[in-house]
Amino acid sequence: MSHAAIATMDRSPMPGMKVYNNKLGMWVFLLSEVMFFTSLIGSYVILRFAHPEHWTDPGVVLNVPLTALNTFFLICSSVTMVKAFAAIEAGNQKALQMWLLATIIIGASFVGIQVVEYIALGGEGFLPALDAYHAVGRGNPHGGPALGGPLYGATFYAMTGFHGAHVSLGVIALIFVYIKSLRGGYTKENHQGVEVIGLYWHFVDLVWIILFTIVYLI
Amino acid sequence: MNFSWLMPETVSTFGPAIDSLYYVILWITGIVFFATEITLVYFLVKYRHKEGRKAEYIVGNHKAEVIWTITPFVIVVGLALYSKGLWDEIRDPSLIPADAYTIDVIAKQFEWNATYPGPDGQLGTGDDFVARNALHIPVDQPIRVNLQAEDVIHSFFLPEFRVKQDAVPGMNTPVWFEATRTGEFTLACAELCGLGHYRMKGSITVHSQAEFDAWLAGQQANGEDDQ
Amino acid sequence: MSTTTVAEPHAGHEEHHDLGFVRTYLFSTDHKMIARQFLFVSLFFLLVGGILAGMVRWQLGFPGQPMPFGNLLPDTMAPGGIILPEFYNSLVTMHATFMVFFALMPMLAGVFGNLLIPLQIGADDMAFPKLNMLSFWITPVAGAIMLASFFVEGGAAGAGWTSYAPLSTSGEWTGVYMGQILWLVSLIIVGFSSITGAVNYVSTVINMRAPGMTWFRIPLATWSLFITAWLLLLAVPILTGGLILLLFDQTIGTAFFRTAGSGEPLLWQHIFWFFGHPEVYILILPAMGMVSEVIACRSRKPIFGYHAMVLALAAIAFLGWIVWGHHMFQSGMNPMLGMTFMATTMVIAVPSAIKTFNWLGTLWKGDIHFDTPLLHGVSFVSLFIIGGLSGIFMAVAPVDIYFHDTYFIVAHLHYVLVGGSLFGLFCGITFWYPKMFGRMMHEGLGKIHWVLSFIFYNLTFFPMHNLGVQGMMRRIYDPNQYEFLQALQPMNTFISINMFIFASVQAIFVFNFLWSLKKGKEAGNNPWKSNTLEWTVPSPPPHGNFPQMPIVYRGPYEYSHPDAEEDYWPQDMPPVSDTGGQSVGAPTPETVPPESVLGD
Repeated sequence: MSHAAIATMDRSPMPGMKVYNNKLGMWVFLLSEVMFFTSLIGSYVILRFAHPEHWTDPGVVLNVPLTALNTFFLICSSVTMVKAFAAIEAGNQKALQMWLLATIIIGASFVGIQVVEYIALGGEGFLPALDAYHAVGRGNPHGGPALGGPLYGATFYAMTGFHGAHVSLGVIALIFVYIKSLRGGYTKENHQGVEVIGLYWHFVDLVWIILFTIVYLI
Repeated sequence: MNFSWLMPETVSTFGPAIDSLYYVILWITGIVFFATEITLVYFLVKYRHKEGRKAEYIVGNHKAEVIWTITPFVIVVGLALYSKGLWDEIRDPSLIPADAYTIDVIAKQFEWNATYPGPDGQLGTGDDFVARNALHIPVDQPIRVNLQAEDVIHSFFLPEFRVKQDAVPGMNTPVWFEATRTGEFTLACAELCGLGHYRMKGSITVHSQAEFDAWLAGQQANGEDDQ
Repeated sequence: MSTTTVAEPHAGHEEHHDLGFVRTYLFSTDHKMIARQFLFVSLFFLLVGGILAGMVRWQLGFPGQPMPFGNLLPDTMAPGGIILPEFYNSLVTMHATFMVFFALMPMLAGVFGNLLIPLQIGADDMAFPKLNMLSFWITPVAGAIMLASFFVEGGAAGAGWTSYAPLSTSGEWTGVYMGQILWLVSLIIVGFSSITGAVNYVSTVINMRAPGMTWFRIPLATWSLFITAWLLLLAVPILTGGLILLLFDQTIGTAFFRTAGSGEPLLWQHIFWFFGHPEVYILILPAMGMVSEVIACRSRKPIFGYHAMVLALAAIAFLGWIVWGHHMFQSGMNPMLGMTFMATTMVIAVPSAIKTFNWLGTLWKGDIHFDTPLLHGVSFVSLFIIGGLSGIFMAVAPVDIYFHDTYFIVAHLHYVLVGGSLFGLFCGITFWYPKMFGRMMHEGLGKIHWVLSFIFYNLTFFPMHNLGVQGMMRRIYDPNQYEFLQALQPMNTFISINMFIFASVQAIFVFNFLWSLKKGKEAGNNPWKSNTLEWTVPSPPPHGNFPQMPIVYRGPYEYSHPDAEEDYWPQDMPPVSDTGGQSVGAPTPETVPPESVLGD
């Protein structure tokens, strides 16, 4: 094997090791992501306990039904991801491609709906900045009294924004995986990339379930 | 140059307690310091390589590990327990003497503003007056400072009193102390607060009760800032 | 005992290859080259941090005087060469920032993690070589951004390396606008270097150990780097989150930490120190690991209490998560929390004490060779003792009331970070330089550098304890404003002069380093007669490290074993085939035959 090839290929683990390098690496990386979201969510929790008056009752400002639907979509995308993995475990290339594509479309829709939601919220005055915050709540006239306070907006956009960014990066990675699958890059014997992106995708879904609960439902 | 490890003079009731705790720590750490460093040097000299010397194959000693785990543990936990009472006495708001004389101190870039009650004897009413960068207090009388900050975090440091407390914007933190002798002492800022941090100094003057009453009456009559 | 078929041997890569200059020196995926890259970059930033410290000490030693070469600085920093208060605040901030994030972390984790981990565990490279390359390149890019922040309007960040809010949230408080933003951006970026590096290190140690390299045969240097990687992995993202929120406060008008919008200044402190305390263990653990290797090897004796040493590393790492509030005793946080943090902080002294006693135990009855690495290693121990003991004064919360934010803390932190980490790095660099570059460093120059560094280091930093006892605050541009500090000026001048000498002495090290690259004595595979796997291959090792996969038969500290011929017994040396049934060499539970070493 040429040196160049060896230099750039990922090392295979010791025989007998149960978790191959890429999967182990993804698990380890996801632990760091847990800590990152802990930082944001922890700040939210502390700020909310310190200044509860900045928040409103659920649903007054945020669109819970739409986001609940979005949450359902994201969960569906985890199902399609599982299906994609199962497909290549069985060696079924066509099914792999189909389920990957489904995951991408649903994932992209999630982000799209979130962007739409952000625009609507911004229009209603629900913004992160102290000076610009003037949330009047859904369906209320402009110029009405502001509901809650700027910490509501700031923590909302920080948490959901970074989650959305992670989903977006996941969608991009899935596109690369999809393209590789179209070229027959994954086989029944070797489909590490599918499993690894699946892990990331499930993580992103799990974080969303937590966020949805504490941001929209409480 | 002062290479001394002796604490400078202290003028508050907390001072001797904090200083003696410091000396306890100094003794313990001092003994450990000399014991370990001398052992280190001794081993380096005694076991240095010489022609024909061979090291002994020793991988460890379980009993030694237990001893030098438990002993430091007992010492440090003992120190912690020993200090708890003093910490509570200084910091627990519920233990601040009820008869403490209360002043509001508000820190801002780069000065200290102490608000005293006016003739009505009540803090927080319209006749209060502000003393800038100069606190005045009576001796042998517990003083309670309600510490606040207008802009950024500062830290209220009275070195001779062994008092230090961060002043945080948005918070009102009680600090209490009692002077044991009269004189003029230092008020310093001990938290980086901007480019004027280095000159955010003030004074704290301890009067006899009679002198303090006179000063207070004078200030209340003038209703002016003290320089 | 048969020779078995283990995993297919990794092919040797001695054949000449030509990847070209760029792929070999700039964009290499070879962990050893990446280690060298980290070394040069971090030594550069060590120089930057040192120059900044020199300027701080000039102001404190010779307040208000024009600094030599000070006229080269713009008037916004030092008109007429006289340092301005706002520039002084930037100097203390950036000195610490460069030293912590761009010198110590890349040197400890970046250089030695990369150099040692694959070699010591018998792997041919890291688990993710391309990720490793990315991990390196992030550092100089972030460092360039940090350097650039000096040259924007308003100058570089000036709110301390701790960047407390609300001071750091707005230029209206500091006079620094873009500089503070660039500080945040740079640190957000450099965090990814740590996180990706940590993913690599953890995965490599778990998955890529050679047969027979069970967990408790891993050398302490690798153990310390493995545990440090976990700390990096979990602590740095916390900081990243906090930095992002602070960046939002500075740029888009949020109020996470600004009281104007009901933000919480103390929240910043909690986030920062929740990262910050594991961070200081990140800065010391690798040094501890390297010092353990060197002391054992140069004393020709097993490390005393190997298992206890591993457990102590783990205990420090674990306890390090629950002590952060000891930085906040005076912050206004609930005093009850002060008690809990005092308790945990006192307890964390214990594993450090255990390690110190074990180092002494290693020297005891040893056969100590006084070469430069050993001298730096025992200096580490002696200076770490001082740094650790001085911490106890702050751990006891009522005494911390007096010492918080004084020079006593500055003394403490420099004893652990310079006396500890930097001397630990000198120990590691002088010990592993031959492996990295194939030549020995000059021993005479090494000893001169060591003794002068040790003397002038102590003359610089020990008196800072006394300044703290006298009550001198930190981050103060001109202590003479305070009457009670005026008598301390001679001491400050004394410290400054010694610091300049200490800094100048480092030129000997730099000269030795560069000179030895070309003129040093050729090292051979194992100049120190060490047991660990990196010394079984040429210096420097070829691509792929090992001609065939090593098999490990014993732990790393079998020095002066009574049954061994020499006073060392490399980990991969097969047991001698039986000579009439003697216990030496015949398979024993400890010298496991190859088949059963797989899958530990």
